[in-house]
Order: sequence, then C-alpha cells, then structure tokens
Amino acid sequence: MNIVVTVKQVPDTWAEKKLDAADKTVDRKSVDNVMNEMDEYGVEEALKIKEAHGGEVTVVTMGPAKAVETIRKALSMGADKAVHLTDDSLHGSDALATSAALAKVISTLSPDLVITSSEASDARGGVIGALLAERLGLPQLTQARKVTVDPAASKVTIERQADNGYALVEASLPAVVSVVEKINQPRYPSFKGIMAAKKKPLTTLSAADAGLDAASVGLAGAATSVVTAVPAPPRSSGTIVKDEGDGGTKIAGFLAAQKLI
Amino acid sequence: MPVERLLATPEAEAVVELARTIAEREIEPRVVADEADGRFPREVFAVLGAAGLLALPYPERFGGGGQPYEVYLQVLEEIAYRSASVAVGVSVHSLSCYPLAYHGADAQRDALLPRLLSGVPLGAYSLSEPHAGSDPAAMTTAARVESDGAGYRLSGTKAWVTHGGVADFYTVFARTSTDHSGGISCFLIDAGIDGLVVGAPERKMGLTASPTTQLIFDDALIPTDRLIGGEGAGLRIALSALEAGRLGIAACAVGLAQRALDDAVAYARDRQTFGRAIIDHQGLGFLLADMAAAVESARATTLSAARLRDAARPAARAASIAKLVATDAAMRVTENAVQVLGGAGYTKDYPVERYMREAKVMQIFEGTNQIQRMVIARHLAKG
Repeated sequence: MNIVVTVKQVPDTWAEKKLDAADKTVDRKSVDNVMNEMDEYGVEEALKIKEAHGGEVTVVTMGPAKAVETIRKALSMGADKAVHLTDDSLHGSDALATSAALAKVISTLSPDLVITSSEASDARGGVIGALLAERLGLPQLTQARKVTVDPAASKVTIERQADNGYALVEASLPAVVSVVEKINQPRYPSFKGIMAAKKKPLTTLSAADAGLDAASVGLAGAATSVVTAVPAPPRSSGTIVKDEGDGGTKIAGFLAAQKLI
Repeated sequence: MPVERLLATPEAEAVVELARTIAEREIEPRVVADEADGRFPREVFAVLGAAGLLALPYPERFGGGGQPYEVYLQVLEEIAYRSASVAVGVSVHSLSCYPLAYHGADAQRDALLPRLLSGVPLGAYSLSEPHAGSDPAAMTTAARVESDGAGYRLSGTKAWVTHGGVADFYTVFARTSTDHSGGISCFLIDAGIDGLVVGAPERKMGLTASPTTQLIFDDALIPTDRLIGGEGAGLRIALSALEAGRLGIAACAVGLAQRALDDAVAYARDRQTFGRAIIDHQGLGFLLADMAAAVESARATTLSAARLRDAARPAARAASIAKLVATDAAMRVTENAVQVLGGAGYTKDYPVERYMREAKVMQIFEGTNQIQRMVIARHLAKG
C-alpha cells in the first residue's frame, strides 16, 4: 500500500486565534504552531494500515517554512518520507486553491490511498478531503470512524459517522478517506522516532517545482476573500431565575421559550 | 505565555515538545485528583518510559538517549509544569540509574543497565536514614559479607525513599565497615526480595501522589554482583549522583515556579478590582514582575550549570547554586501566587496552595538548602 497522508500546521488549538491585520490571513507569528490535532488521527490510521498491510506512508503538507516542524512530527511518529510544498506565492490560498495545489503534488506520488483528517482547527472548513477526491478523480469516503482496507480485492470500506449511527461506504482503490477523531488513539512520537526522523527523505517543492501556476494559488488565486472579521463577543452572563415559590414554572417557561420542551 | 527556549537542534526542540505534549495530555487531566487522593500515577511513567523520556541523559549504547543535561532538564521542567510529583519521580528514577551507569563494572552495566534504561522498570534511591540525612556518613544500615560467599546480608532502616513500595529496583547505600565515610557501599537491589519490608507512606504536606516510605532490611540477601563500585566507594558515588540529582531538582523547581507564575498572571489579568484588572494595579503588577524575574533567573542559573556539566567541567558548585537559587525562587514565587489569588488562592479549589506546599520540600530534599550553602562555601574557602 502506497499511502499518502496530509497534515497541516495550525496555531495551537488553545491559543487565541487572530487574523493578520494586513491581509486577513491566519496570524501564525504571534502563537505557537502545532500539527492540527485531528491530523494526528490521520497519521495514526495511515501507520496502522501500513503496519497491517505493508507499504509506505508519505506525509504531504503545504505551508510556510516552519511547517517542516509538523512534517518532522509525522515522521517521528513513524511515517517514511515527506513532501513539503512551500512558496511565498502560496500564502493566502483558500480551500479551493489549497486542494488544487495538494492534488497536483499527490498525483505525482500515485497513491493507493489518500488519508486526510475531517477538518483543521484553524479554518474549520472541513472540505479538503472532498475537494482532493474531486481534483484527483478518486472516490471520496469522508467522516470515517473506522477504515478497513482489502488490498487483494483493491477496495476500502469505512464506517461513515452519522448523527444517529453510521453508514457503511465502500469504494475501489485508489480512494480518498477523511477520518474523524473517534477512529483511533494516536501514538506519541518517541525519542527514537525523533532521532530516526532526521534521516528520513524530505522533498521540498516550490510552486514552480510542483508545476503550479502562480496566478492560480495564494491570495491572487483565491476564489474567496475575507472582507472583514470581528472577534467573537464574550459570553453573556446568562439569565438568573430567582425562586420565589414559582421557580419551577419560570424554568419551564425559559425552556419552552428555547423550544427545548 | 509560552516559555522561550533556545535549543541547539530541531531534534532537541521535538524532544521537549514531546514532553510538553505528554504532560498536557496524560498528566494534566488527572493531577488534581491524584494529588488529592494520594494516588501514584504509575501509568504516566509507563507512557514516559515508552516514549524514551526516562533515560534521556544516559549513553545510547545502553539504551539511553545520549542527551545533554541542557535538554534533559528542560524536559523535566515541562513535566514539572503539569506535576511536580511526576517530575520529581523522573529525576529520582534518573538518579537511581546513575551509580550503575557511571560507577558500575562493564559486566554489570552490560548485564543490568539496558533494562534499567528501558523505560519499563521504575527506580528509587535510598541514601538517608532516620538519623542520617544531611550527614549520610552517620548511617548505620549494615551489609555484612555472608560467610559462604553468597553475597551480603543487609540490615537496617532507610528513610525518605521516594517511590518506596512502587519502585522495581532500589539503589541503596549501606555500611560495609565501620570507617566513617570510607565504609559505605552502594547496592542495586530488586524490589520484592526476602528481608525487605516497605514502611507505610509518610503523610506529607505536598507531593502527595508520590509515595515516600522507609525501607526496612532484615538480613536481606544481596548477591555479590549487585555491589556497585567496590566496597567503601559508596559515599563518593552518592555525592557524585547527587550533583546530577540536584540539577534535576532545580529543573523541577523552575517548572513548578513557571506554572505558579502563569496561573497567577492568568488570574490577575481576569480578576477586576476598582474597575480594572488587578495586574494593572502597580502593587500586583510589580509582584508579578518580580515573580517572572525569579523564574527566568532560576532557569538561566540551572541551564548554565547544566552546560558546565555537559562540557565535562567541574559542576558541583554550580549544581548547588542552581538547586539553591531555583528552589528558593519556587518557594517565593508559589507563595506570591497564593497572594495574587488572595482568598481564592488559600482554598483548595485553586491549585496554587498545592504549588506552595510542593515548593517547600524542594528546599529540603536532595540536600537541604543549608547543605547547598555549605557546599558553595567550601568551594569558596578552597579558592
């Protein structure tokens, strides 16, 4: 199995997220940057499939030079090699442009299986898996909480998370699968893994290396643009109901007004 | 505010980040309950061991990480940020491996060290006795040679043993002759042997998730090949191990102090009095500034001592200074964190009172801060 797994470096999940004042892209300078937490589940699933069926796991990311930290983390967890697409012209790419760039890189790797996570914690678009599948002309199996691969029959089956249960979805390989965090418990890197990662192959590609047209990526090539942004208002203090013998009635009235009862 | 660290390589950064991640995910969710209930988090040590974080400063050929103290101490600091009990445990485990690693015979190291450094077993270090703490040469626990040559028979009571009852092996010092400081020897002892009884855990003020007990030896048989470094070498071994251990404790103190500072700052930015955040009142702002200065200078002093050691320079004086400076800073910073939180800080609903209780013991163990001053003064007197 030749498995590609995409990862993304994002601002620390718990940090206050800000937009750059100048171009309204995510501000990566004033915070710690980490691997998107849900991507850890994608990497774990890729490693588990490799351990069960053999093959190789290639990590693909698009991002600034610092994103190499996230590549190293995936390699230290056990991935075999990595491709880092990095270029100033890619800055500000929206989901459409990002998926086009990633698809271009991934198609050169001829994967049997592409794994992404369901969403990144910064933009939370949750569309890259589906967009990649379209771009690559492959079946898409999204929101997987369980993945079963049958290399002999060249097919993949997932349990697709639904609101009130799950759907069994099957496709022929190659295919794109996006995973949710229910799927596994990601391993930690280890000291030995960190040291081994140093020696693993890492290919760094510019936009030109990847054969991307500069006008189709970055802020210039984005089909969407952020016009304005305001911080979320602080949470209000809520309603205090004073019980003067009629507390139950008042609470029932409140719940009814919220259409909860 | 994240701590700004200057690490030499991306791998060192990744190791420190790994420690931070494990501490955040494995320790943080349970530390309050573990400390309140006095429950030792053995599972956390298993995770740290599997990740290779229990053997960082030891040689790679025996399964260690071959990392400089400068990196190892920052790992300890990240762990201490989430749990002083676990960080002290990691430091003590490391200390317990030290005599074998640096004073054991080649055959002993080949036979025993890879297992000690595998991350699976947990170690303990046993030097003190009820009447021999600051003055270890006053110890009375005796190891006498068995007449049939089967080994040594140990009898006596050791005290203040971190991990007593939960450790898999004990590095124990005992007297093989009456020579005051030249009659002490070091033994590596498996838990669970006949003649070794573990006392009831001490009812401590802090580090309540980490058991501290007596070890009572009653004619316990120790095989000859578990004597480390020859008869009479024990005190020298103990003191060289403590030099490394003191750096570990200094790092634990820095991590604890950083946590107290961060909690106090978060509270002071949020809490309003007289129409503004209390951090904007100069009285509190200056207090917090002094706390920040204490934490940063403690870290700098500790890492400076680590770099001396990593460069194979004499570091005993610097290690004592680091232990003294960092633990006194932790005491002051945690106490002031309680002050910043006011009445709330004095309750068990907030963790800062626990930090204060935890800081106190750091001025006491691995050589009281009075002993550290004595060590420093002796170096000064020698010139």
